[in-house]
Amino acid sequence: MPLLEIKNLHARVEDKAILDGIDLAIDAGEVHAMMGPNGSGKSTLSYVLSGREGYEVTAGEVLYQGADLLEMEPEIRAREGVFLAFQYPVEIPGVATTTFLKSAVNAIRKHRGESELDAMQFVKLAREKAASLEIGDDMLKRAINTGFSGGEKKRAEVLQMALLEPKLAILDETDSGLDIDALKVVASGINALRSNDRGMLIITHYQRLLDFIIPDKVHVLAAGRIVKSGGKELALELEEKGYGQFLGEAA
Amino acid sequence: MPRKSAMTEQFIEQFAAFEASRAELEPSWLTALRRKGLEAFQATGLPDRKTEAWKYTNLNKLKKIGFEPAQQVPELSTLPSSVVTIDGYLDVFVNGRYEPALSSFGTLPDGIVVESLRDSIAGDPALAERRLGNLVPSRETPMTSLNMAFAEDGLCLRVAPDTKLEQPIHVVSIGHAPDQPSAFHMRSLIEIGAGSSANILESHIGIGDGTYFSNSVSEIRLDAGARLGHYRLQNDSRQAFNIGLTNLELARGTHYDGFNLQIGAEIARSEVRARIAAEEIECRVNGAYLAAGTQQIDSTTFIDHAAGGSRSRQVFKGVLNDHARGVFQGKILVEPQAQKTDGHQLCRTLLLSRSAEMDCKPELEIYADDVKCSHGATVGELDDEALFYLRSRGIDPAEARDILVMAFLAEATAEIGVPAVREAFDDVVQQWLSGAQEATP
Repeated sequence: MPLLEIKNLHARVEDKAILDGIDLAIDAGEVHAMMGPNGSGKSTLSYVLSGREGYEVTAGEVLYQGADLLEMEPEIRAREGVFLAFQYPVEIPGVATTTFLKSAVNAIRKHRGESELDAMQFVKLAREKAASLEIGDDMLKRAINTGFSGGEKKRAEVLQMALLEPKLAILDETDSGLDIDALKVVASGINALRSNDRGMLIITHYQRLLDFIIPDKVHVLAAGRIVKSGGKELALELEEKGYGQFLGEAA
Repeated sequence: MPRKSAMTEQFIEQFAAFEASRAELEPSWLTALRRKGLEAFQATGLPDRKTEAWKYTNLNKLKKIGFEPAQQVPELSTLPSSVVTIDGYLDVFVNGRYEPALSSFGTLPDGIVVESLRDSIAGDPALAERRLGNLVPSRETPMTSLNMAFAEDGLCLRVAPDTKLEQPIHVVSIGHAPDQPSAFHMRSLIEIGAGSSANILESHIGIGDGTYFSNSVSEIRLDAGARLGHYRLQNDSRQAFNIGLTNLELARGTHYDGFNLQIGAEIARSEVRARIAAEEIECRVNGAYLAAGTQQIDSTTFIDHAAGGSRSRQVFKGVLNDHARGVFQGKILVEPQAQKTDGHQLCRTLLLSRSAEMDCKPELEIYADDVKCSHGATVGELDDEALFYLRSRGIDPAEARDILVMAFLAEATAEIGVPAVREAFDDVVQQWLSGAQEATP
């Protein structure tokens, strides 16, 4: 049984149809890259999978570990192991990053039947995971994403992923807005989380990130459908030829 | 002749008996003050919504109830558990009367006099005559007049010059009306001498589910260079009515740090009037309000910059649920001579329900031309994106809401200058949130 199985998924936002029949299966241990031009539905797919309001599924289904993912509330999906690294992480002034992360980690531990971490245990864990992402104590003390640079926000997302240890990680344009040094830090953070029992869906516009995170499979999304799938070499082909060849086909 | 409510008539009727009971005990100047108070009250009656200052706070519910003057209640052996605890001196009033059995002062440092208004009048009537009623507005509000007519007791605090009171004085006003709706009118006089400093925590709470009406007036004077932290928690029982007026007279170089957390009572109004009479004053009038059910909570301020070169700052934040109503009326007056005034005002409200209502009236009246004045007012809902972000990390929706509400209010409580009070108020907010959560599953 695949970790994630998307069958004929159609979705719309308000009256606009965006996803037009997506079929995709991700096994545990696999890293899939979803590439496509702007407006092809990449972010919509990530929001539908994470349960954001305002995205209406009009047909199809999504099975996560064999269960109906779309029936679950967003927090239940998270507790069951689905994680979305946001393209634009939300700034929440007044809430310290550490406080928030501790609530999140403990919500998930509780769901798994594990004991909750106290403040000391949590700080130790957070520091450990933060160090490899070059995140210092000062950043953990600041309010969630508030005043963070683009790179800091993306590193903070990867830190959350490292702390929450999801089974399925969806990374939405985690490379956008990063310079090459920041990109390397983020990519090595993600690579460190690759494992046989974890699946990843990496959404990106550019091939660049895939130089650092080598995917097992690459899909091209255009006008709400997967128009081509292949191995890692497909990303290189796209880099060379662009998305133009698929746009006509989808339309 | 304005139309008078039954309640207005009732107060007027009760006055004769009250006056007769007090006349023999009190000096004649006080009897005269009371009579003057009653006459002023009689002339206007209780305010209604045609009065501009009361346009948004509807007292109809209050007017339907017949209040008797609050009676001395059987002695309480302990403080109710809902009173916040803080290290310091404890000064307890039950139904507006000083309750020595519940109060504890230990040894006060030299230069500090704390007594009840009643004792102050009995002990030194001439001094009391000079102090009482000095700082109320020249055109008294009906509630202040009513207070003058019926005031029996309150806190009298005098801090001599160059004296530092390290521990806060916790003034607790307990309302208890087991048998019939009762009214009481505390009048407090606070004077902080030149170069001195003190902190006062003022708690208003109730016992039982009786209906009571607390109508208090505080007259506060800070002499040159004095500092006062004044933190007020209005957590009266939900059947109660609380109208409170704080009058401030601030001399040169003084620092007033005020915070008003209002969460209790069915109808509550806190009015703060500050007269900035000299330069280099820092006047901070901040607050927060949390209301649910059909509560109405009003925060009204009037900052009169009568001299230049001083700063006033107001930060108010509120959260309204269910059918609750909030009111903020904040006025900054900068008189022509008050150049180089710095006045700032902010009022932000979060509505947790579509049936809640906030009325916000910022007023800046500026007659000087070289001033820095700003104001802002917003009314909004919880940010959906922030809620989703928290939920997407496994956090329960109710907890996510609490986290966001706490963060919203923290911007106001962060203004409180005394850390122990700030923590105590944050705890009160947290408890309110847990309660609200139970009420709306």
